[in-house]
Amino acid sequence: MASLAARNGGSQRDQRPLKKRLADASAPYLYSAPALILIVTVMLVPLVLGISYAFRDIQLLKPFSGGFIGLDHFRTLSQDQNFYRALRNTLWWTGWSVLLQFVFGLILALLLDKPFFGRAIVQALVFLPWAVPSFLAGLNWAWLFNPVVGPLPHWLFALGIMSEPNNILSDPQLAMWGPIIANVWWGIPFFAITLLAALQAIPRDLYEAASIDGAGPVKRFLSITLPFLAPTIAITVLLRTVWISNFADLIIVMTNGGPADRTQIVASYIFTQAFKRLDFGYASAIALVLLALLIIYSMLIVVLRQWLLSKD
Amino acid sequence: MAGHSLTKGRVVALLAHRLAILAYVAFALFPLYWLLKVSVTPNKLLYSEGIRMWPSQTSFEHFDFVLKHSEFPTFFKNSLIVAGSTALIVTALASLAGYALSRFSFRGKYWIVALMLLTQMFPLVMLVAPIFKMLSPLGLTNSLTGLVIVYTAFNVPFATFLMQSFFDGIPKDLEEAAMIDGATQFGAFRQIILPLTLPGIAATLGFVFTAAWSELLFSLMLISGNAAATFPVGLLSFVSKFSIDFGQMMAAGVMALIPACLFFLLIQRYLVQGLTAGAVKG
Repeated sequence: MASLAARNGGSQRDQRPLKKRLADASAPYLYSAPALILIVTVMLVPLVLGISYAFRDIQLLKPFSGGFIGLDHFRTLSQDQNFYRALRNTLWWTGWSVLLQFVFGLILALLLDKPFFGRAIVQALVFLPWAVPSFLAGLNWAWLFNPVVGPLPHWLFALGIMSEPNNILSDPQLAMWGPIIANVWWGIPFFAITLLAALQAIPRDLYEAASIDGAGPVKRFLSITLPFLAPTIAITVLLRTVWISNFADLIIVMTNGGPADRTQIVASYIFTQAFKRLDFGYASAIALVLLALLIIYSMLIVVLRQWLLSKD
Repeated sequence: MAGHSLTKGRVVALLAHRLAILAYVAFALFPLYWLLKVSVTPNKLLYSEGIRMWPSQTSFEHFDFVLKHSEFPTFFKNSLIVAGSTALIVTALASLAGYALSRFSFRGKYWIVALMLLTQMFPLVMLVAPIFKMLSPLGLTNSLTGLVIVYTAFNVPFATFLMQSFFDGIPKDLEEAAMIDGATQFGAFRQIILPLTLPGIAATLGFVFTAAWSELLFSLMLISGNAAATFPVGLLSFVSKFSIDFGQMMAAGVMALIPACLFFLLIQRYLVQGLTAGAVKG
């Protein structure tokens, strides 16, 4: 930026090289300016505005709202049982989704790692769910769980798992499994693709050397594959945890938080407050708490990593 | 190695591998297969043959109805306009910014990368209310332009990292040679580097199109009328209004699937690069 300021004070006699110098110095800023301006106005400004909403009374249906009310929203929030339930549901939703996506994604990556006839086609087919729009994935699974048009309740009934072919999405005890299963179906490809890339970067001769030394497949997996994958696994699981805890699409489409708020997670609760009740102030207050929790989570991870590194 | 002869253990392992692969393919495709199946099942068989694997009779009556007597063609067109414009604008902006990140070292670069990473980390649902409040006085709610602006901003950071990774793969000597021959840096970028990145540009277009085509929460919040409704908004309002007509809903669902699948085929080869560039995104 210093060279930009030099434009006004630039001398006449050295014009051409100076002009060229200026052009060279400002080039990267010019290249990135359009993208930056857009990010700042459409993401950063609303982010700051949203933080300010958390301390204001902003309701679309109340024309004279908008005044600062200090910490009132947070006081309400600390008494809000629905919020605490949403918090517990978020842990449940995120924990099971990440765990199942990771386990099945890892198995799929291992299966696809060795060459076999038709691998390219198989790969395209098993990764296809990733391309399905999330709203459609949600609707599709909601239909599969619906005993009127879907086969799943009848199959579960035939297997003796359910006593009647009911819709699990309307059963308060089981409803959360609906979005979780849809999420696992939708998210396996992400883990499989990332882990497959990491698997294929492992030098093959390591395996050969290990099997010459008499290591069986389990030993090879534990002593070669797993240590090599560990960094990828760690970073992918951590980032996905944050992403999935914020991912409300499937829940909004499949259950809309019901029945009896049993599937409401914090992200869908925020959306419901803003979209249905048009209470932007309260929605922003919850969002701010969610942001704080996510920041604490990330800091814990960083601290944990430092601690583990210093121990070695 | 002795393992290469077909011992009993190897046959079992091979069989288990193929069966596991088959199970994954079945799990991945079954929901989509069911969507297609119900969409071609005539109404009179929908309930009597509820869980048959394939109806005894098929018809395109649902597609016919959806195309001729519903507003889905409008929703489809709106989504196509929004996703298409977003993909084009994002790719243009991201090629410029990605080029800057790949080829220059400059003051503030660290902060630009940090800002872009930050936008990928916080929950976007936080922005639903403030963006609505900002766009509303500008007349950009209930408008496709408003959606394009919002989606463009959301997708630029990820697309920039993706384009940067493609530019990083092209040797620097190419544009240096062109600049010695008298081309400007921008000229070299436009005439030499961009054409070489065409596959990367196609992949970025595909990723952004898919993301914009799938976006749900902001289009629900920002769009209220049918005229500017995108496909997800139209489909969800359809579900809550006429929840009985499964055949038509699934026919509409199949329609929503088509562009996403086409773009998936386009970007399939670049999935790894794309997902590692935007590991924080879906």
